[in-house]
Amino acid sequence: MLADALLLQLGYNATLVTLGAALLGIAAGVAGTFLFLRKRALVSDAISHATLPGVGIAFILMVAMGGDGRSLFGLLIGASVSAAIGLLCVHWLTKRTRLGEDAAIGAVLSVFFGFGIVILTVIQTMNAGRQAGLEGFLLGSTAGMLRSDALLLAVAAAAVLVLVLVLRRPLELAAFDPGYAEAAGWSLNRIDLSMMGIVLVVTVVGLKIVGLILIVALLIVPAVTARFWTDRSDQVVVIAGIVGGVSGYVGAATSALAPALPTGPIIVLVGFALFLVSLLLSPGRGVLASVLTHWRYQRRVHMRQGLLALAQGQPIYEALTRRLMHRAGLILPDGVATADGQAAAAKALLDETRWSIVRADQSFASAATRYDGLTAIEEYLTPDQVREIDRRIAAPQAAV
Amino acid sequence: MGAEFVALSLPPILIGICVAVACALPGNFLLLRRQALIGDAISHVVLPGIVVAFLVTGLVATGPMLLGAAAAAVIAVIAIEAIRRLGRIEAGAAMGVVFTAMFAGGVLLLEQSDTSSVHLDVEHALFGNLESLIWLDATGWASLMDPVALATIPVELPRMALALVVICAFLFLFWRPLSLSTFDEGYAQGLGIAPGPLGLGLVIMSAIAAVAAFDAVGSIIVIAMFICPPAAARMMTNRLGHQVAWSAGFAALAAVLGYVLAGYGPLWIGAGGSVSAAGMIATVSGLILGVAAMAGPHRTRNS
Repeated sequence: MLADALLLQLGYNATLVTLGAALLGIAAGVAGTFLFLRKRALVSDAISHATLPGVGIAFILMVAMGGDGRSLFGLLIGASVSAAIGLLCVHWLTKRTRLGEDAAIGAVLSVFFGFGIVILTVIQTMNAGRQAGLEGFLLGSTAGMLRSDALLLAVAAAAVLVLVLVLRRPLELAAFDPGYAEAAGWSLNRIDLSMMGIVLVVTVVGLKIVGLILIVALLIVPAVTARFWTDRSDQVVVIAGIVGGVSGYVGAATSALAPALPTGPIIVLVGFALFLVSLLLSPGRGVLASVLTHWRYQRRVHMRQGLLALAQGQPIYEALTRRLMHRAGLILPDGVATADGQAAAAKALLDETRWSIVRADQSFASAATRYDGLTAIEEYLTPDQVREIDRRIAAPQAAV
Repeated sequence: MGAEFVALSLPPILIGICVAVACALPGNFLLLRRQALIGDAISHVVLPGIVVAFLVTGLVATGPMLLGAAAAAVIAVIAIEAIRRLGRIEAGAAMGVVFTAMFAGGVLLLEQSDTSSVHLDVEHALFGNLESLIWLDATGWASLMDPVALATIPVELPRMALALVVICAFLFLFWRPLSLSTFDEGYAQGLGIAPGPLGLGLVIMSAIAAVAAFDAVGSIIVIAMFICPPAAARMMTNRLGHQVAWSAGFAALAAVLGYVLAGYGPLWIGAGGSVSAAGMIATVSGLILGVAAMAGPHRTRNS
């Protein structure tokens, strides 16, 4: 069954929705990256919650004008208008009052959402409101969607993706190097505005698929996930797009199997699983990688200290050090050095002596900063320099 | 008016006031410490906590649910901090990752498990049901003095009042260190105030407010009350003590006005029925904030 779903064998509508979710995921991942890098990730939370009153009012208006109120296109137009008003409120509160952006975001999202709930309860008392299906906008529901709606979502998602790709250049500039972007003649204000515009469109298109409470995850999670894998700007964008696309695709396909489940949580959890994998396993910043690095470092310190003790004829008491050195064949179980061990110890001591010369001499100042008590000096100095140091060790008076 | 009011409207109004003030008080400090969205995160993760508690114990009881919700809040705070440090990720984004994932998990668990027999669903979690907290045994104002009738008052009221008392006590006891570390963390540290435990204490107080309020009124009003009344109060004064007092006043005003508008507003404009009280209270708090932001004496950064 899952294979069928992933291979798009569950019918025309499900296929359209799944492809739409994948395209939307890519667009959201890319757009979210810019938002994340501008440190404004949670603005999207305010935008998405602010869509609710618009959806409700659009429904009421459409019913008042004689329609059945459930036209997805009309509802999404309403959502865009109220999301834009919410965005303006965040902007105004941040710019014109002493409130920080976080407080402005929280105020707008809670008040707009609360007002949206009021509108929803109004709709429930209307004759036409008997289960208008607006609850589907909270958590996303793609089951039993009209063919025209599925088509609308797929086309809109594709359009958003094109829009994001067209505006990629200036957005990237503003996200990674705002100073340069301004010097190059871009207006930062205008770029920010278009970024918010894109986020708004992503949110509105995603309402029916992911739902307004969780769409913020589709914007944030891919960018955060991508950040674990690379430090390069262009790659972050690409990886975030891939993560978003995979979340959307797998999530929507899976939820086609279980029509009773809301789509949004599944998409979000697929994305979160990718995030967790990255958090644990990514080579640079991952938890596993840092544990390994720490572990290796610890072992190097133990080895080095053990060898120095050996060279100076001191006994080694530390259990881990003894175990490590024994395993490396440097000492016997009773702590006596093997031939290899004596050679390695002599080398370590020589290294330490060379370093002490280097660190005492101003002319080696740049090399001296590299001293960490672990690294062999040959890694930083040329053979000629090392020979010069050895000459000084042999004739200490001459160096004075 | 009397008997009906005491039975039907007084408990929800009192609960609303307690919720609003209990959230607004710690909200002042969260706002000033630029942690306003912690309230948002906490109120989202309360849902999975409650669902897991229900799945583990199999019953809808207050104790396990409060524990589950509180545990979820603490886990969320720890996870946010861990992700922020491990991944070197900005706090807002880390928060967004954690609370959406936990909320999504809660929703899926809820939909997967057989909770149809009990009163537990996502919409209830979001908007609560303040209007349903009525006091059937009340016959009039005299019931407030009658121990038999008092025993059947909605359990949310004493619970919420207790949470409010705990929060007030915390703020009273730690007022000086809290205000010092909020405005000048370095100076506070110099005086020997540990910022870590204090900040965690504040978050736990917020969690208590959110968790206790959650069952009665849903999460949306909680977020609104954490932020809007303190934000409006911030426009009115530069003094912390006055700000906290203003915020409590605004919160109570929003609760009463919101409840009344939700219950009677539709009648006044000639429509039938009533609208969501929780939603209306959030809306009113937003209107208060709007007025304060446009006319408050200290609304701009340099006033």
